[in-house]
Amino acid sequence: MTTQAENTSSGLMAKAVKEGIFAGFIAFGMFLLYVGIETYQNIDNQLVWRTRWGLLAVFVVVAAIGRFLTVAFFKPMVDRRKLAKAKTGVLEISSEKSFFHKHFLKIALIALLLYPIGSVMLFGPQGSLKYVDNFGIQILIYVMLAWGLNIVVGLAGLLDLGYVAFYAVGAYSYALLSANFGLSFWVLLPLAGILAGFWGVILGFPVLRLRGDYLAIVTLAFGEIIRLILINWTDVTRGTFGISGIAKASVFGIWSFDVSSPNYFPKAMGLATSSAWYKIFLFYIILALCLITAYVTIRLRRMPIGRAWEALREDEIACRSLGINTVATKLTAFATGAMFGGFAGSFFATRQGFVSPESFVFLESAVILAIVVLGGMGSLTGIAIAAVVMVGGTELLREMEFLKLIFGPDFTPELYRMLLFGLAMIIVMLFKPRGFVGSREPTAFLKERKAVSGSFTKEGHG
Amino acid sequence: MEYFIQQLINGLTLGSIYGLVAIGYTMVYGIIGMINFAHGDIFMLGGFAALIVFLIATSFFAGIPVALLLLLMLVVGMLMTGLWNWTIERVAYRPLRGSFRLAPLITAIGMSIVLSNFIQVTQGPRNKPIPQLVTDVYHIGDITISLKQIIIVIITAVLLFAFWYIVNKTPLGRAQRATEQDRKMAALLGVDVDKTISITFVMGAALAAVAGCMYLMYYGVASFNDGFIPGVKAFTAAVLGGIGSLPGAVLGGLMIGLIESLWSAYFTIAYKDVATFGLLAFVLIFKPTGILGRPEVEKV
Repeated sequence: MTTQAENTSSGLMAKAVKEGIFAGFIAFGMFLLYVGIETYQNIDNQLVWRTRWGLLAVFVVVAAIGRFLTVAFFKPMVDRRKLAKAKTGVLEISSEKSFFHKHFLKIALIALLLYPIGSVMLFGPQGSLKYVDNFGIQILIYVMLAWGLNIVVGLAGLLDLGYVAFYAVGAYSYALLSANFGLSFWVLLPLAGILAGFWGVILGFPVLRLRGDYLAIVTLAFGEIIRLILINWTDVTRGTFGISGIAKASVFGIWSFDVSSPNYFPKAMGLATSSAWYKIFLFYIILALCLITAYVTIRLRRMPIGRAWEALREDEIACRSLGINTVATKLTAFATGAMFGGFAGSFFATRQGFVSPESFVFLESAVILAIVVLGGMGSLTGIAIAAVVMVGGTELLREMEFLKLIFGPDFTPELYRMLLFGLAMIIVMLFKPRGFVGSREPTAFLKERKAVSGSFTKEGHG
Repeated sequence: MEYFIQQLINGLTLGSIYGLVAIGYTMVYGIIGMINFAHGDIFMLGGFAALIVFLIATSFFAGIPVALLLLLMLVVGMLMTGLWNWTIERVAYRPLRGSFRLAPLITAIGMSIVLSNFIQVTQGPRNKPIPQLVTDVYHIGDITISLKQIIIVIITAVLLFAFWYIVNKTPLGRAQRATEQDRKMAALLGVDVDKTISITFVMGAALAAVAGCMYLMYYGVASFNDGFIPGVKAFTAAVLGGIGSLPGAVLGGLMIGLIESLWSAYFTIAYKDVATFGLLAFVLIFKPTGILGRPEVEKV
């Protein structure tokens, strides 16, 4: 027994060394031109090159050692764990839950409600700006967008690659209507949602009978068309300059956040003059919007239309034979998702005070879709976790000043933000293809509610 | 009329480049049913490989003949992107092959972000201009044809023929078609499915490298975010022609090239991409599986 184990382990080592060397050669070939050679413009503005063998060597060594460790230690470990799991026969979803698990949502909600107050108490009004605005609001916007897209992708199974178009419609609706007609945020918030939903119907109607990836490319095309129109219709949208000076949201029309106004909110409340109060106010607005989105999604899932969406995702032909109008069902999903995108868009416009087509590129759609899939399609909690990890993680990178001490003063972490975001997308997907939360809560059940593994749900072909 | 023919020639050139990239999309889609979002960035990598080879070759051998230089750029670019796409498939797509449909799509989008940012970090964010390689221009009446355009169209035609031959007449092509039709059955009949899929990725990448090299030669500039717009257009071309169909990809590429140059010539240049995407939506409304696509069979 022991000799056999030793044999296999030495065989494994030999294999790992071989694989590592092979990976090193591959990495050498891959990075030879792109890392080994640097192209730059010299003083005469001519393109010239120089070598970077040291950096290339680092890449090659990292690739070789990484592959060696993966083959020799990491993969056997994962295999062993899988085998042990299969032997004990324990399902991934255990029935007993800890206190934290059971009350996770309540705890999270209370934490979110206290978050701005806590950060003001800890860092003062000015110091809290960073935490409330850069982290809190930024993450919550993505949570809301991802929950909106979740209705389209996660529930109805329609692959939408141009979701950012509705975000843009919402943002520009607010910006234009507020600049030209002086309407307030509270009038325009529902209006922006309705307009975005209306666009969802207009765009969705002709194309929703397309299936699968054809629908994906058409939605991508619509996203690009809306962006190009925003760039080129300069009379209305001012093109790439964007629209600035967008009105701030008021506290339901009673108090305002303009310093010059007589009923300036902090003055009325007896607080110090600071922009932090406005950000905290915005934080609660977006939190409320998120909660509305979640509430509507949860309720819709129990309604006939929500059940029809999920049925459509699982099997379109069965749906049709049961008499479900697939086009109308898809259209409602598309429009509902678009409406939430519109809400988020108008919030985005009032938060930034500035909108330009730059904010609505395809990358945004991809990021939102990635959050939905990484979170585990259909799972609201999972999506929120994914948004915190992905958006919060990349925001955190802006703060990492200490990295400069390690990599030298020229090191700018911002440069690597998207690179790491992409790598994180790939790595999370490779290890958790079903997303962070791989289980689904059924809306219909016989005696007790049991979570269903995500592997049993389909992803739709629409 | 001369103006029209002139635009036709320009459109044909552009369409050839799109068509070459579109083949990579359509082949990968045909064989594993996945949108390889990173393909546009493979095209960009090919352009950069050609750029770097150009710089090195011209600094060592100042008087190198242009034909040899072009050949060198093409070959190195093809090897480079082939290696990259092979590795990408192994690392990011193969582990997810049995998984659900959106998982490889997300890794492909992630890979696309990684590739463009990798080049931005390693080669800098600025545009990289190179001098004109081929400057000869011919005049026929009022029509101007540059040698560049002729080279692009001829190389595309030759490659397409070679490709058509490989897919339709060789054992490798037979394995590819078998894998496309039924992966499990092909594996049972002794086709090495993993190898076939890898080779498909390498072939697609090689064509993208050729397109990237042509793009560099035609426009004389390379940039890290060159992959996205041509990539989306090429993907649009593949869908327009009917995704999974090789002649469809080329037809779609040519159509998009022509629409773009004719729209820019007769209407506003600002809305040329809107015209392209509008055409796509319009065609798909009437032919939901593209121009040459097979009608989708519904299995219960």
